[in-house]
Amino acid sequence: MTVEAKSVPVPVIVASEEMQAVRRRALRRQRLNRGMIYVVAIALAIWIILPIYLIGSMALSSPAGVRTYPKAIFPFTDISFDTMSFFLQSEGILPGVINSIVVALITLVLSTLIAAPAGYAISRYIFPGRDFYRLAILGVRAFPVIVLAVPLAVLFIRLGLFDQVHSVALMHTALTLPTTVLVIGSVFASIPYELEEAAMVHGATPLQAFRRVIVPLVLPGIAASAIFTFVMSWNEVFAASILTLENRTLPAQVLNALNKSSPEFQFAGGFFMLIPSLIFIFFIRRYLFNMWGQVTK
Amino acid sequence: MAEIVIENAVKKFGNFFAVNNVSLTINDQEFMVLLGPSGCGKTTLLRSIAGLGMLDSGRIMIGGRDVTYMPPRERNLAMVFQSYAIFPHMTVYDNVAFGLKMRKVDPTETKRRVQQAAELLHIEKMLDRYPSRMSGGQRQRVAVARAIAVQSEVLLMDEPLSNLDALLRLEMRAELKRLLAELKVTTIYVTHDQIEAMSMGDRIAVMRDGIIQQVDKPNAVYDTPADRFVGGFIGNPPMNFIEGQVSAQNGSVNVHIGDFAITPPEGIVPALKPFEGQSVIIGIRAENIETFTKPTDNAMKVQVLVVEPLGSQNLLTIKIGTSIVKVATHPDFPAAPDGDIWLRFPIDKVRWLHRDSQKALAPV
Repeated sequence: MTVEAKSVPVPVIVASEEMQAVRRRALRRQRLNRGMIYVVAIALAIWIILPIYLIGSMALSSPAGVRTYPKAIFPFTDISFDTMSFFLQSEGILPGVINSIVVALITLVLSTLIAAPAGYAISRYIFPGRDFYRLAILGVRAFPVIVLAVPLAVLFIRLGLFDQVHSVALMHTALTLPTTVLVIGSVFASIPYELEEAAMVHGATPLQAFRRVIVPLVLPGIAASAIFTFVMSWNEVFAASILTLENRTLPAQVLNALNKSSPEFQFAGGFFMLIPSLIFIFFIRRYLFNMWGQVTK
Repeated sequence: MAEIVIENAVKKFGNFFAVNNVSLTINDQEFMVLLGPSGCGKTTLLRSIAGLGMLDSGRIMIGGRDVTYMPPRERNLAMVFQSYAIFPHMTVYDNVAFGLKMRKVDPTETKRRVQQAAELLHIEKMLDRYPSRMSGGQRQRVAVARAIAVQSEVLLMDEPLSNLDALLRLEMRAELKRLLAELKVTTIYVTHDQIEAMSMGDRIAVMRDGIIQQVDKPNAVYDTPADRFVGGFIGNPPMNFIEGQVSAQNGSVNVHIGDFAITPPEGIVPALKPFEGQSVIIGIRAENIETFTKPTDNAMKVQVLVVEPLGSQNLLTIKIGTSIVKVATHPDFPAAPDGDIWLRFPIDKVRWLHRDSQKALAPV
């Protein structure tokens, strides 16, 4: 038996004047709320973007352009790399860049090597003192860097480690570990343990299960935390300037030269320091959100 | 041959006995269902068999081998997880082939078996896909294909259908049953769904609080539950339980519900006799109670409280003494709320239970 579709007349509902007014008010309120959110978001964005824009535009103009006043409305119109090349050729900058990269790489390797097993442990195992351990990890960040750096400088002088890139890397590892442990821990926690069990039931050893199932799944997260470590170390200035004299990292070198340098040097330095962070944020924002509990998939 | 023998298995979490001295034998190629409410220890027992949790004491034998202390990979079994546990970074092909690769099966044989398993589960056209682009039902099929591809003699399933929607579950239930009958593997299937247990199992082991209450064929568990818990857990609506007084006069034993007397069958009389003057529990299924619209021999007059039309039957709610009783009738049976009807309990369908232990009294 087939039932033919009959066209049913749609009843036209005419709302009363009063109801229409209520409806209009509700709609207006909704639009207003949404508008407010945009206004706040745009204000926040400008607050962040404007300084970056100004530094960038200054760094990419000619030295003369930096000093002229009033500025052009669109500062990027006369792009010139003179300012940047002046900065890069200044004394101590190139060794500083090399030092910074070496320190950041050592920090990255050490931090990841320590944080990966630690993160795995706090996400997978329940052991006595787990919660305390989790809290204690953050404890390092509770002390101002100066409180840690000055005694460390004394210790390093005694041990003969002072003024070396390795000692700065050790300090940076200590500073970045809390974040990396927690980030990697949350990455491991997001992978169901059942996946490991499924692998083991179907013939894998625990090591094989880890290598074939867990590692491929956590690799993007660990990579993100590694980049994060790199940028933290790249930007860290305080400990670096206390722990070194001759072998300064780039931020320490720039800070040291800041007082006695021209505006174009300052702009170029600021902009150069900024680039890695921007690239980093672009790549790992997904994982940063994950860290704060927002599900992005 | 893969007979599974569990002897005195105990698994504790702190002071809590998740599995409390369980002994169970699952025959070769048998489909055994572990059924029970959540927290009864059925999944814990299954995981112990898989090797994912070690027993505190007891022994597990698979095919004559003592596997109690073996890691999962040496037990030669496959498992389907409740959450499917499909590897998200592998294609369907690699997922299904995983067990074979781990067992170092040669590539052409691997390919053949993956193809075969995929065809059995109708996913042969999706072998190149990643699980993230599949529906729940399809992922479930991948999980089953991965488990059967290794062709182990033992297959463990942990609530494999519970994450599917109702219609899909119905479809997969029948499909799984056919598939497993074909494969001739020894299967242990954990579920809290009594309909799944009834419809799929060769035998059902009903668990509660870490203890197996009854192991028997589905119909036997349904018709002759070992205790009040089993009768109440299996069946929808649950079995009715009514308290009755035992009396003995002139050598004949009767059980009274109010003024109404039931004469128990010969076989049970010796078991009931010791309870003379005390009460026992009468258990009867809703569909076994006969209903009449007018006074009939051996029928008791009751008042209908609620009538629920369910399509294939009408479910009546009736109060007898202090007990609420559910009675299933043909949809044509004229019953109205507050109306009187007459009920008869066919004595061969009645279970007699001890009032305190709530266990069934055995016919002597």
